[in-house]
Amino acid sequence: MIRVEIPYHLRVLAGITAEVQLDVEPPVTIGAVLDALEAKYPTLRGTVRDHITQERRAFLRYYACEQDFSLAPLETQLPEPVAMGVEPLLVIAAVAGG
Amino acid sequence: MSQVRVLVGTKKGAFILTADGTRQKWDVSGPLFAGWEVYHFKGSPVDPNRLFVSQTSGWFGQVIQRSDDGGETWYPPGSSPEELTTPEGFPKGESNKFVYDTSEETGKPLTTHQFYDGTQKDWVFKRVWHLEPSNSDPDTVYAGVEDAALFRTTDGGKTWHEMAGLRGHGSGPQWSPGAGGMCLHTILFDPGNVKRMFVAISAAGAFRTDDGGMTWKPINRGLKSPYLPEPTPEVGFCVHRLAMHPSQPNVVFMQLHQGGGIFRSDDAGEQWVEVNGNLPTDFGFPIDVHTHEAETIYAVPMDPMLRVPPEGKLRVWRSRTGGNEWEPLTKGLPQENCYVNVLRDAMAVDKLDPCGIYFGTTGGQVYCSPDGGDHWTPIVRDLPHVYSVEVQTIS
Repeated sequence: MIRVEIPYHLRVLAGITAEVQLDVEPPVTIGAVLDALEAKYPTLRGTVRDHITQERRAFLRYYACEQDFSLAPLETQLPEPVAMGVEPLLVIAAVAGG
Repeated sequence: MSQVRVLVGTKKGAFILTADGTRQKWDVSGPLFAGWEVYHFKGSPVDPNRLFVSQTSGWFGQVIQRSDDGGETWYPPGSSPEELTTPEGFPKGESNKFVYDTSEETGKPLTTHQFYDGTQKDWVFKRVWHLEPSNSDPDTVYAGVEDAALFRTTDGGKTWHEMAGLRGHGSGPQWSPGAGGMCLHTILFDPGNVKRMFVAISAAGAFRTDDGGMTWKPINRGLKSPYLPEPTPEVGFCVHRLAMHPSQPNVVFMQLHQGGGIFRSDDAGEQWVEVNGNLPTDFGFPIDVHTHEAETIYAVPMDPMLRVPPEGKLRVWRSRTGGNEWEPLTKGLPQENCYVNVLRDAMAVDKLDPCGIYFGTTGGQVYCSPDGGDHWTPIVRDLPHVYSVEVQTIS
């Protein structure tokens, strides 16, 4: 199972109380994980990636295994510990607000 | 006995305030959608238990929420796997998706619009400012959005389609944002003519359609703004709010940006006349009309430079003559050291007799006057920054 952590406000929106676990067929890419996340929690569609352009929302970042994947293409494969379910993909709200 | 339900949108979520017809003792519930900005929260006039919320975030985008039980339970319409799955698989749904219509059949090409510095910027959807449920169909709702355009759903919020005739009017490249963004914030229906609607856009002006939204006409003649390079342009006015009494739909009231003030039109916007009269300033955001008196209107003038009450005194001003002659309403409102603002969507009137008037402030207070403005009491004092106030009168 692939592990994903998403920001608090998105967990509330999707009714998620903890880390998300997803079935993703290899290769485990950023795009495949986000597709699986949106398929399991459809209300998250448009909140991590723009509805139309599918671009990452500007104030969100993707991290895994202490690497920044925010600017990586969606077909980028995630590190082995993420594919093995040892480490999570982190979707982080990168800017604090008032 | 009648009940009133006040729907409050704030910077940190939504709240529902309820009371019986005396409007003395209030129950407060919320926050709903905690942590998200709720720009607008409004119920269907056809089915009062059908509520719609514009839930938005600079981080996470736009979500529309709907309740069918008066706010007990909520869901984003069009977001279930069943609604989104097609024979070709998942996902093909349109949930929460606001896409400008550029199709050849019904759309208009995307243009640019003027930015603050006079350069041209792309038209980009940002959020829904205002939701106006239909007077006749609980599944039909109109949405005013930033960057300015008008959308409509006819399936209860599952899918939204742009009424592109407005954005494609042709003057779009001359529209520019107000300080809050280039938003369509006011939608008024003519109750006697289903083909006629009014909208207002900051900072483009007021527009009217007489053919159900296919075509639109700028209706800004008579308005004045000393900040514009030409004295009487077709568009470019920072209209803050429009209001109308259903008994006289040709009479429209307007709160315009500073340098303008309060205006009225007696011919459905063809010509506007300034009616500031003895108001202390010409700046403010909301304007509303008494439920039972078509010429009794309310405004909340602010210091035009500071956007706070003049002299630190929070005063609603009432005109019983449709403008020009105004009286300050102060009983129960802070008359010293008050520096809050009242935003454009943050005033509403109920349908009881005597008519109740409500408004919310950027300081988190929601005030109610159960007697047409003569006396005010705070329903709540410490909510987040209030964006919008609507009220439902439930028999």
